[in-house]
Amino acid sequence: MKILLMGNPNVGKSAFFSRLTGTKVIASNYPGTTVGFTKGQMKLGDEIAEVIDVPGTYTLEPTSKAEEVASQMLLEGDLVIDILDATNLERNLYLTLELLERETPVIVALNIWDDTKHRGINIDTAKLEEHLGVPVAPTVAVTGEGIKELVDRIPEAVSRKMPERTRDERWAAVGSIVNEIQTITHHHHTWLDHLQDTSIKPMTGLPIAALVLAASFFVIRFIGENLIGYVMEPLFEKLWVPLMMRLSDLLGSGGFWHDVLIGKLFDGEIDSFQSMGVLTTGLFIPLGAVLPYILAFYLILGLLEDVGYLPRLAVLLDNLMHRLGLHGYAIIPTMLGLGCSVPAILATRILESRRERLIAATLISIAIPCAAAQAMIFGLVGEHGAQYVVMVYGTLFMVWLFLGFILNRTVSGFSPEILIEIPPYRLPSWRTVLTKLWMRAHGFLKEALPIIMLAILAVSILYSLGVFDAIADFTAPVVSGVFGLPKEAVVAIVVGFLRKDVAIGLLAPLSLTAGQLVIGCVVLTMFFPCIAAFVVLARELGFKGLLTAIGVMLIATFAVGGLLNLVL
Amino acid sequence: MDEPKRITVRQMRAGQSGKVVHVMGGVGLANRLNSLGIRPGKRITKVSSMFMRGPVTIQVDRAQVAIGHGMAGRIVVEVV
Repeated sequence: MKILLMGNPNVGKSAFFSRLTGTKVIASNYPGTTVGFTKGQMKLGDEIAEVIDVPGTYTLEPTSKAEEVASQMLLEGDLVIDILDATNLERNLYLTLELLERETPVIVALNIWDDTKHRGINIDTAKLEEHLGVPVAPTVAVTGEGIKELVDRIPEAVSRKMPERTRDERWAAVGSIVNEIQTITHHHHTWLDHLQDTSIKPMTGLPIAALVLAASFFVIRFIGENLIGYVMEPLFEKLWVPLMMRLSDLLGSGGFWHDVLIGKLFDGEIDSFQSMGVLTTGLFIPLGAVLPYILAFYLILGLLEDVGYLPRLAVLLDNLMHRLGLHGYAIIPTMLGLGCSVPAILATRILESRRERLIAATLISIAIPCAAAQAMIFGLVGEHGAQYVVMVYGTLFMVWLFLGFILNRTVSGFSPEILIEIPPYRLPSWRTVLTKLWMRAHGFLKEALPIIMLAILAVSILYSLGVFDAIADFTAPVVSGVFGLPKEAVVAIVVGFLRKDVAIGLLAPLSLTAGQLVIGCVVLTMFFPCIAAFVVLARELGFKGLLTAIGVMLIATFAVGGLLNLVL
Repeated sequence: MDEPKRITVRQMRAGQSGKVVHVMGGVGLANRLNSLGIRPGKRITKVSSMFMRGPVTIQVDRAQVAIGHGMAGRIVVEVV
């Protein structure tokens, strides 16, 4: 049996899905969180049913890609759980009436039920059930309230196969139902309502946005740095390194296996950053240097997502984004890109036109440093002073603006205007925020840990075979001539294709000047996204789009790297 | 009593309410707005607009919707 979860965007389908299936999925407070569809399983009596989290849709007449997907999937389902935002019944019921005209049996969940009370909304569910002719159950997916009752009533779901109506007839029907079953008492503006209005008005909203972004940056930096300084580094230095030193002695302080597992010794000691052994640097980079920033970044991003701030940022920045050939909503994939390019490129699907998706994905893969790249920036440049960190970020920001500006003028097609629903502010539940943080951190470790260790293994083998020396000699004219870096830096650039963070360990021993480190970090960030992002980019943009993105990337990297070399 | 006036959403003041009369040009936009609940006869309130031809935010029932400047100029409302 196939159960479809359907409803308007941002009514809590993903939270619902997690509750039903126990499968953890990313749920956020903005429309379009789910761009693909997620499948899971739940027990229904003695049967195992397949549950599908369908992307949100306002109507079954497909007006966007997500809605096309939704109306196609409807044909395959055996049952629809239609999830409604109880605080916005009128608009949500339109889709319900459309669903009742189809063959598939329907059961209705009035979600976000807890919000109706303090919003002064009173809904007579029994009467609504009478009107619709299918079971109706109030639910709060975030806390799990009412989910069991709803599941118990699944067998009562029926197919109404109501005669097809015109759009106006449907709206009229919705209107008369709502009039009969819903009463609204006056509700006072809460402080959240006030904040909602101030944060979207330009005069107050723009300063608030600047404040939110600056505060986020500093909090992420603060958490990341302290996790590294007070937790991860001591753990490695006090516990892990002594253990590895023993292994080093056992292996006779040298030889092939020593080089692979422990790496180089500096004055007879292991240096977690530079030794480049699979068990030393290979573990320290993902766990000690990058994970703290991943945790800090996704905690803050998760909070911003769940509060519902991001769509407001989209409205405030819409003007700017239009100059880059995008509209404000592109800020959401862009922000995701500061964590990892893979989900960011996937999230460009929330943009309507191919042109926007091409521009957004290209900009993300070139000019937006992911958490791994940022860990590298902080790790390498940070100790030389804040002004160099600012230089790296400033350069990347200029590249983002400038490239977007050029792409906007050269890429054919059109970019539509913004048209999005702005969700109300909600106080995030710690459970959702922490679950999401755990999923993303776990995802990082699962994806990154093996690749980093493999990359480091490959590096030490290729080093011992002399392959890198050959590459270094071959690329010296570009690396030294154009970028002003020692020719050995090419190893970092090549390995950067596997993972950006491994480059920390490769650039660190070259004793570069602060200026060279700035160039190195900028070039590494811009030059080829890591392999995982590359694969997703190819899949999302197609062959031609990928070639465009690579072409832009190559030209931009050489131009910017060369320019920086002239200036610094 | 003031006569009802017909203006576009773009011309509304922040905080002003009006009743949607129709959407000019193209069924595409009308359809998309319709699915968001912005349709003829519906009462909407303008919340704010960004300067420099930025998006306009309007309130429809308990939902807020941000629409581009161009679209806002195509939605005709009746205000008193």
